[in-house]
Amino acid sequence: MRAAADVDVPVPASPPAVRRAGRLGDSALVLLGLLALWQFGSWVVGAAVLPAPAATLAKLWAIMSSSDFGGHAWETGRAFLSALAIAFAAGLAIGLLLGAHRLSAEVAEPILVALYAIPKITLYPIILLLFGLGISAKIAFGVIHGIVPVAVFTMAAVRNIRPVYLRAARAMRLTPVQTAGRIMLPAALPGIVSGLRIGFSLTLLGTLIGEMFASQRGIGYLLVKAMETNDVATVVALATLLIVVATIVSGALLALNRRLDRSPKPGR
Amino acid sequence: MTRAGIIRIGVLVGAVAALEAACRAGYVNRQAVIAPSEMVRGAWRVLGTQEARGHIAETLTTVSLAFLLSVIAGFAIGVALHRLPRFRRAVDPLLASYYAVPTFVFYPVFIVLFGLNRWPLVAIGFLFAVVAVAINTLDGLDRLPPVFMRTARVLRLSPRQTLLRITVPAIAPWLFTAVKFAVAYSFIGVIAGEFVQAGSGIGFAIAFAYNSFDNLTMYGLMLLLFAFVCTLNMSLWTWEQKLYARRGGR
Repeated sequence: MRAAADVDVPVPASPPAVRRAGRLGDSALVLLGLLALWQFGSWVVGAAVLPAPAATLAKLWAIMSSSDFGGHAWETGRAFLSALAIAFAAGLAIGLLLGAHRLSAEVAEPILVALYAIPKITLYPIILLLFGLGISAKIAFGVIHGIVPVAVFTMAAVRNIRPVYLRAARAMRLTPVQTAGRIMLPAALPGIVSGLRIGFSLTLLGTLIGEMFASQRGIGYLLVKAMETNDVATVVALATLLIVVATIVSGALLALNRRLDRSPKPGR
Repeated sequence: MTRAGIIRIGVLVGAVAALEAACRAGYVNRQAVIAPSEMVRGAWRVLGTQEARGHIAETLTTVSLAFLLSVIAGFAIGVALHRLPRFRRAVDPLLASYYAVPTFVFYPVFIVLFGLNRWPLVAIGFLFAVVAVAINTLDGLDRLPPVFMRTARVLRLSPRQTLLRITVPAIAPWLFTAVKFAVAYSFIGVIAGEFVQAGSGIGFAIAFAYNSFDNLTMYGLMLLLFAFVCTLNMSLWTWEQKLYARRGGR
Protein backbone atom coordinates (compact mmCIF):
# COMPACT_ATOMS: atom_id res chain seq x y z
CA MET A 1 0.00 0.00 0.00
CA ARG A 2 1.29 3.40 -0.89
CA ALA A 3 1.70 6.01 1.76
CA ALA A 4 -0.46 9.08 1.39
CA ALA A 5 2.54 11.30 0.64
CA ASP A 6 3.47 9.18 -2.37
CA VAL A 7 0.23 9.88 -4.20
CA ASP A 8 0.98 12.01 -7.21
CA VAL A 9 -1.30 14.98 -6.56
CA PRO A 10 -0.27 18.58 -5.98
CA VAL A 11 0.52 18.94 -2.30
CA PRO A 12 -1.11 22.01 -0.68
CA ALA A 13 1.53 24.58 0.21
CA SER A 14 2.73 24.06 3.75
CA PRO A 15 2.07 26.96 6.14
CA PRO A 16 4.98 29.40 6.54
CA ALA A 17 5.78 28.20 10.07
CA VAL A 18 6.31 24.63 8.86
CA ARG A 19 8.34 25.85 5.89
CA ARG A 20 10.53 27.94 8.14
CA ALA A 21 11.07 25.00 10.51
CA GLY A 22 12.06 22.83 7.53
CA ARG A 23 14.52 25.46 6.36
CA LEU A 24 16.04 25.72 9.84
CA GLY A 25 16.36 21.94 9.88
CA ASP A 26 18.18 22.05 6.52
CA SER A 27 20.53 24.75 7.78
CA ALA A 28 21.24 22.67 10.88
CA LEU A 29 22.04 19.71 8.60
CA VAL A 30 24.48 21.84 6.61
CA LEU A 31 26.14 22.97 9.84
CA LEU A 32 26.43 19.36 10.97
CA GLY A 33 27.90 18.48 7.58
CA LEU A 34 30.49 21.25 7.95
CA LEU A 35 31.41 20.01 11.43
CA ALA A 36 31.75 16.46 10.07
CA LEU A 37 33.95 17.75 7.24
CA TRP A 38 36.08 19.61 9.76
CA GLN A 39 36.45 16.48 11.92
CA PHE A 40 37.28 14.40 8.85
CA GLY A 41 39.81 16.97 7.63
CA SER A 42 41.41 16.96 11.04
CA TRP A 43 41.81 13.17 10.83
CA VAL A 44 43.30 13.36 7.34
CA VAL A 45 45.89 16.13 7.86
CA GLY A 46 46.48 15.48 11.57
CA ALA A 47 45.46 17.37 14.71
CA ALA A 48 48.75 19.32 14.69
CA VAL A 49 47.70 21.06 11.44
CA LEU A 50 43.94 21.28 11.95
CA PRO A 51 42.69 20.63 15.50
CA ALA A 52 39.37 18.75 15.74
CA PRO A 53 36.12 20.60 16.63
CA ALA A 54 35.88 19.22 20.17
CA ALA A 55 39.51 20.04 20.95
CA THR A 56 38.99 23.53 19.53
CA LEU A 57 35.98 24.13 21.75
CA ALA A 58 37.95 23.00 24.79
CA LYS A 59 40.83 25.29 23.81
CA LEU A 60 38.44 28.19 23.25
CA TRP A 61 36.92 27.60 26.69
CA ALA A 62 40.41 27.61 28.22
CA ILE A 63 41.31 30.86 26.43
CA MET A 64 38.05 32.53 27.38
CA SER A 65 38.30 31.60 31.03
CA SER A 66 41.88 32.84 31.38
CA SER A 67 42.13 36.03 33.45
CA ASP A 68 43.48 38.38 30.78
CA PHE A 69 41.03 37.42 28.01
CA GLY A 70 38.38 39.82 29.28
CA GLY A 71 40.79 42.74 28.89
CA HIS A 72 41.72 41.74 25.33
CA ALA A 73 38.09 41.22 24.31
CA TRP A 74 37.09 44.56 25.86
CA GLU A 75 39.94 46.29 23.99
CA THR A 76 38.84 44.82 20.66
CA GLY A 77 35.18 45.54 21.39
CA ARG A 78 35.90 49.15 22.33
CA ALA A 79 38.01 49.78 19.23
CA PHE A 80 35.47 48.04 16.99
CA LEU A 81 32.46 49.90 18.38
CA SER A 82 34.20 53.27 18.10
CA ALA A 83 35.25 52.51 14.52
CA LEU A 84 31.73 51.32 13.72
CA ALA A 85 30.14 54.47 15.15
CA ILE A 86 32.50 56.72 13.15
CA ALA A 87 32.18 54.70 9.92
CA PHE A 88 28.36 54.60 10.13
CA ALA A 89 27.93 58.27 11.03
CA ALA A 90 30.44 59.61 8.49
CA GLY A 91 29.40 57.13 5.78
CA LEU A 92 25.71 58.02 6.20
CA ALA A 93 26.44 61.75 6.13
CA ILE A 94 28.61 61.45 3.00
CA GLY A 95 26.09 59.16 1.30
CA LEU A 96 23.09 61.39 2.08
CA LEU A 97 24.88 64.58 0.97
CA LEU A 98 26.23 63.08 -2.27
CA GLY A 99 23.03 61.20 -3.04
CA ALA A 100 20.89 64.31 -2.68
CA HIS A 101 22.94 66.18 -5.27
CA ARG A 102 23.02 64.49 -8.66
CA LEU A 103 26.20 66.04 -10.05
CA SER A 104 28.20 65.42 -6.85
CA ALA A 105 27.11 61.79 -6.93
CA GLU A 106 28.27 61.41 -10.54
CA VAL A 107 31.60 63.00 -9.69
CA ALA A 108 32.17 60.97 -6.53
CA GLU A 109 30.92 57.50 -7.48
CA PRO A 110 33.91 56.22 -9.51
CA ILE A 111 36.30 57.64 -6.92
CA LEU A 112 34.49 55.84 -4.10
CA VAL A 113 34.34 52.58 -6.07
CA ALA A 114 38.07 52.81 -6.80
CA LEU A 115 38.72 53.38 -3.09
CA TYR A 116 36.60 50.32 -2.31
CA ALA A 117 38.66 48.08 -4.59
CA ILE A 118 42.20 49.00 -3.54
CA PRO A 119 43.86 46.73 -0.98
CA LYS A 120 43.61 49.08 2.00
CA ILE A 121 45.90 46.93 4.10
CA THR A 122 48.72 48.57 2.15
CA LEU A 123 47.89 51.83 3.91
CA TYR A 124 48.75 50.49 7.35
CA PRO A 125 52.22 52.09 7.48
CA ILE A 126 50.65 55.50 6.78
CA ILE A 127 48.02 54.98 9.47
CA LEU A 128 50.72 53.98 11.95
CA LEU A 129 52.84 56.99 11.05
CA LEU A 130 49.88 59.33 11.41
CA PHE A 131 48.19 57.86 14.51
CA GLY A 132 51.02 56.07 16.30
CA LEU A 133 50.73 52.68 17.99
CA GLY A 134 47.62 52.19 20.06
CA ILE A 135 43.87 52.24 19.94
CA SER A 136 43.49 55.26 17.62
CA ALA A 137 45.40 53.50 14.83
CA LYS A 138 43.11 50.45 15.16
CA ILE A 139 40.01 52.63 15.07
CA ALA A 140 41.32 54.51 12.02
CA PHE A 141 42.02 51.21 10.29
CA GLY A 142 38.49 49.97 11.00
CA VAL A 143 37.01 53.26 9.78
CA ILE A 144 38.85 53.32 6.42
CA HIS A 145 37.55 49.81 5.71
CA GLY A 146 33.95 50.42 6.75
CA ILE A 147 33.22 53.96 5.63
CA VAL A 148 33.30 53.43 1.84
CA PRO A 149 30.62 50.71 1.51
CA VAL A 150 28.29 52.60 3.87
CA ALA A 151 28.71 55.77 1.79
CA VAL A 152 28.34 53.97 -1.57
CA PHE A 153 25.19 52.06 -0.58
CA THR A 154 23.58 55.08 1.10
CA MET A 155 24.30 57.20 -1.96
CA ALA A 156 22.78 54.63 -4.32
CA ALA A 157 19.71 54.22 -2.07
CA VAL A 158 19.13 57.97 -1.89
CA ARG A 159 19.53 58.35 -5.65
CA ASN A 160 16.91 55.67 -6.22
CA ILE A 161 14.23 57.39 -4.11
CA ARG A 162 11.17 58.03 -6.25
CA PRO A 163 11.18 61.70 -7.29
CA VAL A 164 7.51 62.06 -6.33
CA TYR A 165 8.44 61.67 -2.64
CA LEU A 166 10.83 64.60 -2.89
CA ARG A 167 8.26 66.64 -4.78
CA ALA A 168 5.75 65.90 -2.03
CA ALA A 169 8.32 67.10 0.52
CA ARG A 170 8.71 70.34 -1.43
CA ALA A 171 4.96 70.74 -1.72
CA MET A 172 4.68 70.44 2.05
CA ARG A 173 7.51 72.95 2.47
CA LEU A 174 9.62 70.69 4.64
CA THR A 175 12.99 72.08 5.71
CA PRO A 176 16.08 70.24 4.38
CA VAL A 177 16.57 68.61 7.81
CA GLN A 178 12.94 67.47 7.89
CA THR A 179 13.22 66.16 4.32
CA ALA A 180 16.33 64.18 5.23
CA GLY A 181 14.82 62.75 8.45
CA ARG A 182 11.20 62.19 7.41
CA ILE A 183 11.41 61.37 3.69
CA MET A 184 14.88 60.40 2.50
CA LEU A 185 15.97 58.25 5.42
CA PRO A 186 12.80 56.08 5.63
CA ALA A 187 12.57 55.72 1.84
CA ALA A 188 16.21 54.72 1.48
CA LEU A 189 16.30 52.52 4.60
CA PRO A 190 16.49 49.05 2.96
CA GLY A 191 19.47 50.07 0.83
CA ILE A 192 21.12 51.79 3.77
CA VAL A 193 20.80 48.68 5.94
CA SER A 194 22.50 46.61 3.20
CA GLY A 195 25.37 49.10 3.32
CA LEU A 196 25.51 48.95 7.11
CA ARG A 197 25.69 45.14 6.96
CA ILE A 198 28.70 45.20 4.63
CA GLY A 199 30.17 48.12 6.57
CA PHE A 200 29.87 46.06 9.75
CA SER A 201 31.83 43.14 8.28
CA LEU A 202 34.56 45.29 6.79
CA THR A 203 34.96 47.42 9.92
CA LEU A 204 35.46 44.23 11.95
CA LEU A 205 38.01 43.05 9.39
CA GLY A 206 39.82 46.38 9.45
CA THR A 207 39.89 46.60 13.25
CA LEU A 208 41.30 43.08 13.53
CA ILE A 209 43.96 43.72 10.89
CA GLY A 210 44.85 46.94 12.68
CA GLU A 211 45.22 45.02 15.92
CA MET A 212 47.41 42.43 14.30
CA PHE A 213 49.97 45.03 13.25
CA ALA A 214 49.58 47.98 15.53
CA SER A 215 48.85 46.75 18.98
CA GLN A 216 49.91 44.92 22.10
CA ARG A 217 46.34 44.18 23.17
CA GLY A 218 43.14 42.74 21.74
CA ILE A 219 42.04 39.61 19.93
CA GLY A 220 43.96 40.48 16.77
CA TYR A 221 47.12 40.72 18.86
CA LEU A 222 46.43 37.32 20.47
CA LEU A 223 45.95 35.93 16.98
CA VAL A 224 49.20 37.30 15.58
CA LYS A 225 51.11 36.18 18.69
CA ALA A 226 49.74 32.64 18.23
CA MET A 227 50.70 32.79 14.53
CA GLU A 228 54.28 33.76 15.37
CA THR A 229 54.65 30.94 17.89
CA ASN A 230 52.98 28.50 15.50
CA ASP A 231 50.24 27.78 18.04
CA VAL A 232 47.64 26.41 15.61
CA ALA A 233 45.19 25.36 18.35
CA THR A 234 44.87 28.96 19.56
CA VAL A 235 44.58 30.33 16.02
CA VAL A 236 41.76 27.94 15.13
CA ALA A 237 39.99 28.55 18.46
CA LEU A 238 40.10 32.36 18.04
CA ALA A 239 39.08 32.07 14.39
CA THR A 240 36.08 29.96 15.42
CA LEU A 241 35.09 32.56 18.03
CA LEU A 242 35.30 35.38 15.46
CA ILE A 243 33.36 33.38 12.87
CA VAL A 244 30.54 32.54 15.29
CA VAL A 245 30.19 36.13 16.53
CA ALA A 246 30.40 37.65 13.03
CA THR A 247 27.92 35.16 11.58
CA ILE A 248 25.35 35.75 14.34
CA VAL A 249 25.48 39.55 14.04
CA SER A 250 25.49 39.41 10.25
CA GLY A 251 22.53 37.01 10.31
CA ALA A 252 20.58 39.39 12.54
CA LEU A 253 21.30 42.33 10.23
CA LEU A 254 20.33 40.20 7.22
CA ALA A 255 16.98 39.31 8.85
CA LEU A 256 16.36 43.03 9.50
CA ASN A 257 17.35 43.74 5.89
CA ARG A 258 14.87 41.18 4.51
CA ARG A 259 12.07 42.44 6.76
CA LEU A 260 12.60 46.03 5.54
CA ASP A 261 12.65 44.82 1.93
CA ARG A 262 9.31 43.08 2.43
CA SER A 263 7.55 45.85 4.33
CA PRO A 264 4.72 47.44 2.33
CA LYS A 265 5.76 50.41 0.25
CA PRO A 266 3.02 52.97 -0.22
CA GLY A 267 2.29 53.95 -3.78
CA ARG A 268 3.88 50.94 -5.46
CA MET B 1 33.93 64.05 -21.79
CA THR B 2 30.97 64.62 -19.50
CA ARG B 3 30.75 67.54 -17.12
CA ALA B 4 31.00 65.17 -14.14
CA GLY B 5 34.15 63.65 -15.61
CA ILE B 6 35.83 67.05 -15.96
CA ILE B 7 34.89 68.05 -12.40
CA ARG B 8 36.15 64.68 -11.15
CA ILE B 9 39.57 65.21 -12.73
CA GLY B 10 39.60 68.73 -11.30
CA VAL B 11 38.84 67.40 -7.79
CA LEU B 12 41.59 64.76 -8.01
CA VAL B 13 44.19 67.17 -9.40
CA GLY B 14 43.22 69.69 -6.72
CA ALA B 15 43.62 67.09 -3.96
CA VAL B 16 47.07 66.02 -5.20
CA ALA B 17 48.16 69.66 -5.60
CA ALA B 18 46.94 70.48 -2.08
CA LEU B 19 48.92 67.57 -0.64
CA GLU B 20 51.99 68.63 -2.61
CA ALA B 21 51.68 72.21 -1.37
CA ALA B 22 51.09 71.12 2.24
CA CYS B 23 54.17 68.87 2.13
CA ARG B 24 56.40 71.52 0.51
CA ALA B 25 55.26 74.14 3.01
CA GLY B 26 56.04 71.78 5.88
CA TYR B 27 52.50 71.46 7.27
CA VAL B 28 52.79 67.69 7.06
CA ASN B 29 55.37 65.67 8.97
CA ARG B 30 57.90 64.49 6.39
CA GLN B 31 58.48 61.32 8.40
CA ALA B 32 54.81 60.40 7.93
CA VAL B 33 53.78 61.52 4.44
CA ILE B 34 55.99 62.55 1.54
CA ALA B 35 54.99 64.85 -1.30
CA PRO B 36 53.28 63.28 -4.34
CA SER B 37 56.18 64.30 -6.59
CA GLU B 38 58.52 62.42 -4.24
CA MET B 39 56.22 59.37 -4.43
CA VAL B 40 56.50 59.41 -8.22
CA ARG B 41 60.29 59.65 -7.91
CA GLY B 42 60.21 56.69 -5.51
CA ALA B 43 58.03 54.66 -7.88
CA TRP B 44 60.41 55.38 -10.76
CA ARG B 45 63.44 54.37 -8.69
CA VAL B 46 61.70 51.19 -7.51
CA LEU B 47 60.85 50.19 -11.08
CA GLY B 48 64.54 50.45 -11.94
CA THR B 49 65.68 47.82 -9.45
CA GLN B 50 65.81 44.14 -10.29
CA GLU B 51 64.70 43.19 -6.78
CA ALA B 52 61.45 45.18 -6.80
CA ARG B 53 60.56 43.92 -10.27
CA GLY B 54 60.92 40.40 -8.88
CA HIS B 55 58.52 41.18 -6.00
CA ILE B 56 56.00 42.67 -8.41
CA ALA B 57 56.16 39.68 -10.77
CA GLU B 58 55.79 37.34 -7.79
CA THR B 59 52.66 39.09 -6.52
CA LEU B 60 51.08 39.36 -9.96
CA THR B 61 51.58 35.62 -10.62
CA THR B 62 50.05 34.72 -7.25
CA VAL B 63 47.08 37.03 -7.77
CA SER B 64 46.46 35.70 -11.29
CA LEU B 65 46.43 32.12 -10.02
CA ALA B 66 44.05 32.96 -7.17
CA PHE B 67 41.86 34.93 -9.57
CA LEU B 68 41.63 32.17 -12.20
CA LEU B 69 40.93 29.44 -9.66
CA SER B 70 38.29 31.52 -7.86
CA VAL B 71 36.45 32.44 -11.08
CA ILE B 72 36.33 28.83 -12.29
CA ALA B 73 35.40 27.33 -8.91
CA GLY B 74 32.99 30.16 -8.03
CA PHE B 75 31.12 29.75 -11.32
CA ALA B 76 30.91 25.97 -10.84
CA ILE B 77 29.65 26.40 -7.26
CA GLY B 78 27.07 28.95 -8.42
CA VAL B 79 25.73 26.64 -11.14
CA ALA B 80 25.68 23.64 -8.77
CA LEU B 81 23.84 25.56 -6.03
CA HIS B 82 21.32 26.78 -8.57
CA ARG B 83 20.57 23.18 -9.54
CA LEU B 84 20.02 22.17 -5.90
CA PRO B 85 17.43 24.66 -4.56
CA ARG B 86 16.89 22.95 -1.20
CA PHE B 87 20.61 22.76 -0.45
CA ARG B 88 20.96 26.34 -1.56
CA ARG B 89 18.26 27.59 0.81
CA ALA B 90 20.10 25.88 3.64
CA VAL B 91 23.49 27.36 2.65
CA ASP B 92 22.09 30.84 1.96
CA PRO B 93 22.60 32.29 5.47
CA LEU B 94 26.19 31.04 5.43
CA LEU B 95 26.88 32.64 2.03
CA ALA B 96 25.29 35.90 3.14
CA SER B 97 27.48 36.22 6.23
CA TYR B 98 30.63 34.81 4.63
CA TYR B 99 32.31 38.17 4.25
CA ALA B 100 31.77 38.98 7.92
CA VAL B 101 34.41 36.34 8.63
CA PRO B 102 38.00 37.57 8.53
CA THR B 103 39.20 34.82 6.18
CA PHE B 104 42.86 35.67 6.53
CA VAL B 105 42.90 34.23 10.08
CA PHE B 106 43.25 30.86 8.33
CA TYR B 107 46.49 31.95 6.71
CA PRO B 108 48.66 30.30 9.42
CA VAL B 109 46.72 27.06 9.00
CA PHE B 110 47.46 27.16 5.27
CA ILE B 111 51.14 27.81 5.97
CA VAL B 112 51.29 24.67 8.09
CA LEU B 113 49.35 22.81 5.41
CA PHE B 114 51.21 23.95 2.27
CA GLY B 115 54.54 25.17 3.66
CA LEU B 116 55.93 28.72 3.51
CA ASN B 117 55.67 29.27 -0.25
CA ARG B 118 53.19 30.98 -2.60
CA TRP B 119 50.39 28.42 -2.20
CA PRO B 120 49.04 29.65 1.18
CA LEU B 121 48.73 33.09 -0.47
CA VAL B 122 46.92 31.64 -3.47
CA ALA B 123 44.58 29.85 -1.05
CA ILE B 124 43.80 33.07 0.87
CA GLY B 125 43.17 35.07 -2.31
CA PHE B 126 41.03 32.23 -3.62
CA LEU B 127 38.94 31.96 -0.41
CA PHE B 128 38.43 35.72 -0.43
CA ALA B 129 37.23 35.84 -4.03
CA VAL B 130 35.43 32.56 -4.65
CA VAL B 131 32.23 33.28 -2.71
CA ALA B 132 31.72 36.67 -4.40
CA VAL B 133 31.89 34.89 -7.78
CA ALA B 134 29.45 32.20 -6.61
CA ILE B 135 26.97 34.76 -5.22
CA ASN B 136 27.00 36.84 -8.41
CA THR B 137 26.64 33.75 -10.61
CA LEU B 138 23.61 32.68 -8.56
CA ASP B 139 22.19 36.19 -8.81
CA GLY B 140 22.48 36.08 -12.59
CA LEU B 141 21.00 32.57 -12.90
CA ASP B 142 18.03 33.66 -10.76
CA ARG B 143 17.22 36.40 -13.25
CA LEU B 144 17.60 34.20 -16.33
CA PRO B 145 14.23 34.30 -18.13
CA PRO B 146 12.73 30.76 -18.19
CA VAL B 147 11.96 31.16 -21.92
CA PHE B 148 15.71 30.95 -22.68
CA MET B 149 15.93 27.49 -21.18
CA ARG B 150 12.77 26.42 -22.96
CA THR B 151 14.21 27.63 -26.26
CA ALA B 152 17.36 25.63 -25.58
CA ARG B 153 15.23 22.53 -25.06
CA VAL B 154 13.22 23.20 -28.21
CA LEU B 155 16.46 23.49 -30.20
CA ARG B 156 17.72 20.29 -28.52
CA LEU B 157 20.97 21.83 -27.40
CA SER B 158 23.31 19.62 -25.41
CA PRO B 159 24.00 20.70 -21.79
CA ARG B 160 27.40 22.01 -22.89
CA GLN B 161 25.91 23.99 -25.76
CA THR B 162 23.21 25.37 -23.46
CA LEU B 163 25.84 26.54 -21.01
CA LEU B 164 28.13 28.17 -23.60
CA ARG B 165 25.55 29.53 -26.03
CA ILE B 166 22.69 30.51 -23.74
CA THR B 167 23.53 30.67 -20.04
CA VAL B 168 26.92 32.37 -20.09
CA PRO B 169 26.00 35.11 -22.59
CA ALA B 170 22.66 35.73 -20.86
CA ILE B 171 24.19 36.24 -17.43
CA ALA B 172 27.28 38.05 -18.76
CA PRO B 173 26.59 41.28 -16.80
CA TRP B 174 26.56 39.36 -13.51
CA LEU B 175 29.62 37.39 -14.49
CA PHE B 176 31.34 40.68 -15.23
CA THR B 177 30.52 41.95 -11.76
CA ALA B 178 31.82 38.65 -10.41
CA VAL B 179 35.10 39.10 -12.32
CA LYS B 180 35.51 42.63 -10.97
CA PHE B 181 34.99 41.38 -7.42
CA ALA B 182 37.37 38.50 -8.03
CA VAL B 183 40.13 40.88 -9.20
CA ALA B 184 39.72 43.18 -6.20
CA TYR B 185 39.38 40.40 -3.63
CA SER B 186 42.24 38.24 -4.86
CA PHE B 187 44.50 41.32 -4.72
CA ILE B 188 43.33 42.16 -1.19
CA GLY B 189 43.75 38.58 0.02
CA VAL B 190 47.20 38.04 -1.46
CA ILE B 191 48.62 41.40 -0.36
CA ALA B 192 47.19 40.99 3.14
CA GLY B 193 48.84 37.58 3.40
CA GLU B 194 52.15 38.99 2.17
CA PHE B 195 51.98 41.64 4.88
CA VAL B 196 51.32 39.11 7.61
CA GLN B 197 53.96 36.55 6.73
CA ALA B 198 55.87 36.02 3.49
CA GLY B 199 59.39 36.23 2.13
CA SER B 200 58.62 38.07 -1.10
CA GLY B 201 55.96 40.00 -2.97
CA ILE B 202 54.78 43.62 -2.97
CA GLY B 203 53.15 43.39 0.47
CA PHE B 204 56.37 42.01 1.93
CA ALA B 205 58.46 44.69 0.17
CA ILE B 206 56.23 47.50 1.53
CA ALA B 207 56.36 46.09 5.07
CA PHE B 208 60.15 45.72 4.75
CA ALA B 209 60.57 49.32 3.54
CA TYR B 210 58.36 50.54 6.39
CA ASN B 211 60.40 48.67 8.98
CA SER B 212 63.62 50.15 7.60
CA PHE B 213 62.21 53.74 7.48
CA ASP B 214 62.63 53.80 3.69
CA ASN B 215 59.69 56.11 2.95
CA LEU B 216 60.69 56.69 -0.67
CA THR B 217 60.55 52.98 -1.54
CA MET B 218 57.44 52.44 0.57
CA TYR B 219 55.39 55.21 -1.03
CA GLY B 220 56.78 54.34 -4.46
CA LEU B 221 55.57 50.76 -4.15
CA MET B 222 52.18 51.87 -2.81
CA LEU B 223 51.75 54.28 -5.70
CA LEU B 224 52.62 51.56 -8.22
CA LEU B 225 50.19 49.09 -6.64
CA PHE B 226 47.29 51.56 -6.45
CA ALA B 227 47.93 52.84 -9.96
CA PHE B 228 47.93 49.27 -11.28
CA VAL B 229 44.75 48.20 -9.45
CA CYS B 230 42.92 51.41 -10.46
CA THR B 231 43.96 51.09 -14.12
CA LEU B 232 42.80 47.48 -14.16
CA ASN B 233 39.43 48.42 -12.64
CA MET B 234 38.96 51.34 -15.00
CA SER B 235 39.67 49.22 -18.08
CA LEU B 236 37.27 46.52 -16.88
CA TRP B 237 34.66 49.21 -16.26
CA THR B 238 35.12 50.71 -19.75
CA TRP B 239 34.94 47.27 -21.35
CA GLU B 240 31.74 46.57 -19.40
CA GLN B 241 30.14 49.82 -20.59
CA LYS B 242 30.95 48.91 -24.18
CA LEU B 243 29.41 45.48 -23.65
CA TYR B 244 26.21 47.04 -22.29
CA ALA B 245 26.05 49.49 -25.17
CA ARG B 246 26.21 46.57 -27.63
CA ARG B 247 23.49 44.70 -25.78
CA GLY B 248 21.30 47.79 -25.91
CA GLY B 249 21.19 48.38 -22.17
CA ARG B 250 20.70 45.86 -19.44
